[in-house]
Formats: sequence, structure tokens, C-alpha cells
Amino acid sequence: MAIRYLLGNEGIAHACLEANIDFASGYPGTPSSEVIDVLRVQKERPFTVEWSTNEKVAFENALAAAWCGLRALCTMKHVGLNVAADPLMTSAYTGVTGGFVVLSADDPFAHSSQNEQDTRRYAHFARLPCLDPASVQEAHDMMRDAFALSEEFGLPVIFRPTTRICHSKGDVDLGEIGTEHRTAAFSRDPKQYVVIPAHTRVLHKVLNQKQPALKRRLVELGYNRHTVRGKTAVVASGVAAAYVQEVLGDDVSLAIIGAYPIDEEWLADFVDRHEKVLVVEELDPVVEEVVRQVATKTEVFGKIDGTVQYEGEFTPATVAAALGRADMAPTATFPAAAPVPGVPPRPPILCAGCMHRPTFYAMRKVFRDGIFPSDIGCYTLGLQLGAVDTTICMGASITVGSGISRSGEERPVISTIGDSTFLHTGIPGLLNAVYNGADMVVVILDNRITAMTGHQPNPNTGLTATGEESTPISLDAICRSCGVSWVETVDPYDLPVLLDTFRKAKERRGVRVVIAKQPCVITARKSGIKRKPYTVDPERCTGCGACRSFGCPAIAFDDKNATITELCAGCGVCADICPSGAIVMEGRR
Amino acid sequence: MKPSFDILIVGIGGQGTVLASNVLGEACILENCTVRSAETHGMAQRGGSVESHIRIGGKHGSLIVPGTADLLVAFDLLEALRYRHYLPAGGRLVVNRSLVVPTSVYQQDLDVPDEESILTALADLDVTCIDAASLAEEAGSILSQNIVMLGAASGEIPLRPGTLEEAVRRCVPQKTVEVNTAAFRLGREKGAGTP
Repeated sequence: MAIRYLLGNEGIAHACLEANIDFASGYPGTPSSEVIDVLRVQKERPFTVEWSTNEKVAFENALAAAWCGLRALCTMKHVGLNVAADPLMTSAYTGVTGGFVVLSADDPFAHSSQNEQDTRRYAHFARLPCLDPASVQEAHDMMRDAFALSEEFGLPVIFRPTTRICHSKGDVDLGEIGTEHRTAAFSRDPKQYVVIPAHTRVLHKVLNQKQPALKRRLVELGYNRHTVRGKTAVVASGVAAAYVQEVLGDDVSLAIIGAYPIDEEWLADFVDRHEKVLVVEELDPVVEEVVRQVATKTEVFGKIDGTVQYEGEFTPATVAAALGRADMAPTATFPAAAPVPGVPPRPPILCAGCMHRPTFYAMRKVFRDGIFPSDIGCYTLGLQLGAVDTTICMGASITVGSGISRSGEERPVISTIGDSTFLHTGIPGLLNAVYNGADMVVVILDNRITAMTGHQPNPNTGLTATGEESTPISLDAICRSCGVSWVETVDPYDLPVLLDTFRKAKERRGVRVVIAKQPCVITARKSGIKRKPYTVDPERCTGCGACRSFGCPAIAFDDKNATITELCAGCGVCADICPSGAIVMEGRR
Repeated sequence: MKPSFDILIVGIGGQGTVLASNVLGEACILENCTVRSAETHGMAQRGGSVESHIRIGGKHGSLIVPGTADLLVAFDLLEALRYRHYLPAGGRLVVNRSLVVPTSVYQQDLDVPDEESILTALADLDVTCIDAASLAEEAGSILSQNIVMLGAASGEIPLRPGTLEEAVRRCVPQKTVEVNTAAFRLGREKGAGTP
């Protein structure tokens, strides 16, 4: 149809449209979010799209659509698959009738993640096929065909792009958008869909019986392919295969693994023809373990023997270095180029006017000896403000907080959690804390949106993924129905009231909830809310630095005095912090 | 010879590096040239240091290896210093004469180099320094600094200026086409005129 310059995730989304997708769900997570973000705003193909409240919820909704014969997609980041792991494992037993693709995006180097886990391990664990594209074009092509593969074997297909696929761009050859629409029809079949022991034992056998044909099919489809060119070889997977191709000599053989499970016979035939094989793959040695298993006399190099780095993401330079270590001369070597030392870091920072900053500021003022478990979102950046003591996974702020409280630690515990994260997995933790008598404060950072991942709506926003008004919900009512008797909602831009609310919370015992509510400053600006910027009266500023501790990127220091830059969003909190009254709204001096 | 022309665009989240790289990608499509690029999304966008890799004629991966970039375009002096190791010795740098001091400097009392010392530290490169803010204002909006910088660098880029201008028109919001076209031209004149 046309060649366009597209983000990997845009190419993947377009491929779903080409494949006659009927249902898509997901929970936002970098680097996966743009797939649903494209599908939910496109107008070319009408079908059901939702942002779900968490990945397990998203998975089960899409699975049900596939049980009704529809073509369904479910998207998440790699750690989201942990949340959805329960239905994932058993969906391999039940299988599907309509094509079901589970996109789980891995993040080598943990650019925006809490770990570097490898989705291919889940595919192996669940005995499900997994597609692992090496380029943006291949990601598009694989996704277009993945629904048919799912239908052919009656199995969910795991689609595993990595950050450098999702967030790379390239020229992508697109096909026509599909015009076929299916009608959902659930056929009652308890032996398939009710996994009582008597049924599941049979289903497990069926799943295992599917494996040999599946392995062969992935070779037939060209996902796993090789070219024999010499006595040494490289076996590469995913985006690492692209880096290998950039530096590989033309007398070295190459096998590219684009799908799992790998056909061992096919791989053994390739490996056997070489004296030495180097395996290049990001994250876990998934391919390497199979290569080592099938190699009889071939010498194998990879992560396990230390030739290839285990952690992080690769570049052509790291691949060239590994080739060198395995004595397979790369076509290019790269100079050692180190960054200039001593350049002050510029880490990501909460925006000027972000509602999290005054909330953290007030929390630390009132609870000077507090312990601050936090969660996953923009507000994890509160680390820079000394307001984040723990972060492990979605929803864990409340549970870690109640665990610390019930361990007997006597300092006050104040957990912070965003609105979307609270709805994702925070509620069971709050219910548990109340039920088991924890003594803690929970601060819900209610900015009305899932901000970090690109401003996706959630049930608290009042809009669905496709922009329709949704039934309003009340965080206050949810907390109260979990058994919390003291719930206060406060505007975090109003610093005196915010401080006062925290002081009141400090005087009480049991689980107390403070809901700090103010729209994300980015969405507020986009929706047309304009606030007058603030300025510093240089005659009143004593250079005391009180505003410096606030950590706002709009506050700069000129010699000894503070100044406010054009980044000011007009929240006005710094005016309340300044002890000299030197910060005033512009034009009101 | 290297098959692709590799450009690294660096700046601060919010300065429009992604839009600038989109223009280059779109121009490649217009000239039927393959292209690969990599962007910063997610957490690092929040006012942090950001980088876009664009490989014109690229066929494989999207990442540029340090020491091998053909051109570095920096929207901030400090970011030029942070990423200068992507250029080989004497490599080509087009940099905005602008220095935004990171908030971390104020919070952690770090030393920050001034404009003059940064330019001294970059002097061994082939440097063009552009006052993008004043050119952007001349074009009609301070927000067009990214397109000014692209224009200033365009003389080095193996894509036709007419194609790049067309790509600017396709990538920027409809009501800013005029301003951004002017920004591109002003940047291009300035980039060509400075030794």
C-alpha cells in the first residue's frame, strides 16, 4: 500500500488493523503503550478497544474475546506479564478459537523499568509460541501474521518486541487495512473452558502434543532461518540480529531466531556444520541454552562462558567486541569513546507545577522521621526529593507500608501511590492493611490520568480509551468501603491546607488516607487551563535557598538570588514556601 | 565506507528533538531512502537529557555507536558536551548557544561549566554555534528553535533542502507551517554563513 516512516509500535498497531483485529485491551507500560494509543484514536477500522485496569484484567478480557472467535490483542510491558501470568499459564491449556496475540514488550537496559526480565522465559514456561522481531518491518510483518498462527494452533501467541523495536523508527511497507469483521459467538464447551482437574489433565497433554508441529512451522514460516557461509557461525535473535548483520564478515554463517520454540533438529543440523558458534541475544541465554543442548562437537560461545554480556542492551560495538573474543573478525571495530567526565547529570525530573512536588514537600515537613514506600509512576521521581524509600512493583507502596508497620517498626509509615496504580493493584493492599490493623498513612497522588506512560485515561479520568464519558468513580468512596474511616481530599497547590491535613493525619492511628487531587500539569495545559506565572522580587529575596529545597525546575539561581524561568506553570506553591514573601504572581508586585 | 549517514540530535526533554528527527525520517521517505532511528520515550522525557539517533540510508539497527556519528546537533551546550564522544576526533557539531542549568546542580551544589568553558572544551571539533532563540523569534515563535537547528545543520545532511522543507511542512502542526518554514530557512542561512 505505502511506505511510511513509523515508530515500531505504530507499525505493530497498523499490522493489527491489516489483520482484521476485533478486540484490543492493555494496560499502559513503556515501551508498549503506543500500540493501544494508536488503535484507540484511529478511525479507519471500528472495533472494541479498551485500557483495562491492570494486565490480568486486560488479558482475561481479550482471552474471552478470542474464546468468542474474535481476533484479539492484549498489550503490556514485560513486568505487566507477571500480573497477567496466572491466566497466561492456563490459557495455554484452554487454547483459543479466534487469534489471540499477547504483546509483552521487554526493556533491555531497563530504560523505563524496574528489571530486565525476559518474556521468552514465560513463553517457554507456558509452552506458547513467541515471536521476537529483529526490525520494525519484521515486527509489522510478524504481527500481521500472528493472529493466523494463533488460529492455526489454537494457542495464544506471545509477541515480544524490545525497546529498540518499539521505539525505533524506520521505513515500513504497510498493507491495506482489513475490512472483515467477525461476530462474537461463545460456544459452550466445558471440557475446553472449565479447567477442573479432569479436564486440565487432558488439556495439558494436548498442549504438549502441539509442540513438535509448532516448532517445524516456525521454520517453514521463515521466522527461524539460516545461511551457511563458512566453518564458523553466529546464531542471533531479536534486535541483536540487526547489530550482528552490521558487523558480520561474509565468511561467517548466520542463523536468525525470530520465533520460539526452536526446532532442535533444524538447529542441530546448522550447528553441526560449524566448528565454532557464537550466540548473540539480549537478556537471558534462551537461544544459547538450546544451542548448547544440541551441539555435539561444536564449540559454543555466548553468555554462559562470558563471551557475551548478560545484562543491558547491545549495540553494533558490543556485538563486534564479542565477535572479536570468539575469533570471528568483525568487519568493523569501534574506537573506545568515553564521555567527558564531570558533566553535571540531567536526570528526568518532575515537571514545574507538578502536583506531586508539593505533596512530597509537605509530607516530608510533617513526617520528618517517616518511612516512605512508593510506587510506579512519575512520582517515583520523588526519589530526588528524598520522599521515596522503596519501589518494587505496581501496588507495592501500600503493601510494603503495611508490612513495615506490622513488623513493629515504630517510625511513621507514609505510602504514596498514583490514582492509576491504586486502581491497578493498590486496592487489595489497602483492604488488607485495614483488615489486619496496619498503622499507616496512604497518600493517593490523584492527577486524574496515567501520566508517565503518555497520559492514558483510567477509570478515574472519566473517559474511556476511545474518548467516551465513563461512569464516574470516587476514590474516597473506594477507600471508605475498604474500611478506612479517615479519608481527606486536599488540593496540593494549597500548601497550608496540605500541611494541616498531614498534621491531622499524624495525630491519628490506623489506616488514614489523604487524596491529593490536582490534574497533571501537562494535561491541564493541554485542556486550556492557564495559570499566571510567578516571579521573584529581587529586593525581597535574601538568597536563603528555602525554595531551592523545593526542587522545581522553574527555579534557578543567579549569583545568590533565586529567579523563576519561563518554565513556571503558576502553581504558586513556592510563594508559600518563601519565608521573605519574595515570590509573587507576575503583575501583582 | 559506512553505508549510512549518522546524525545524533541531543537536547532536553520538551525541546523537540523527536520532531526534528521526524522531519529527517519523513525526508528520507520522500527521497526513497531507507532510514533507521531511535528515540527516548517514557520516564527520561520529563525534563531529562534526551537523544535521537537518525541513520540516513541505514538498513540494520537504529543505534549509532559512540565515536562514529557523522553529525551531532545539540539543542543545549551542556548536552553537546555530554554527547560529544559520539563524534570522531574533529567531528561536525551544530550547537545552540543556550545553556539550561540542570536543577540537580542547584539541589546538589554541583559545579556547572559556563558557556565559554564549554565552547573551549568543544573547540577541537568542527563547531557551528547558532543563536536559535533569536532566529526562532525572528521566524515568529520561540518554539521553532528545533527547526532552526535543523535548518542550520541541513547543509551537512545528505538530503535535498527542498525535501527537508517539504518534510517540515508535513511534520509540524498545520497552523505553524509558515513559522517553521521561515525557521528552517533562517537556520539554513545561518548554518551556511558561519565558518
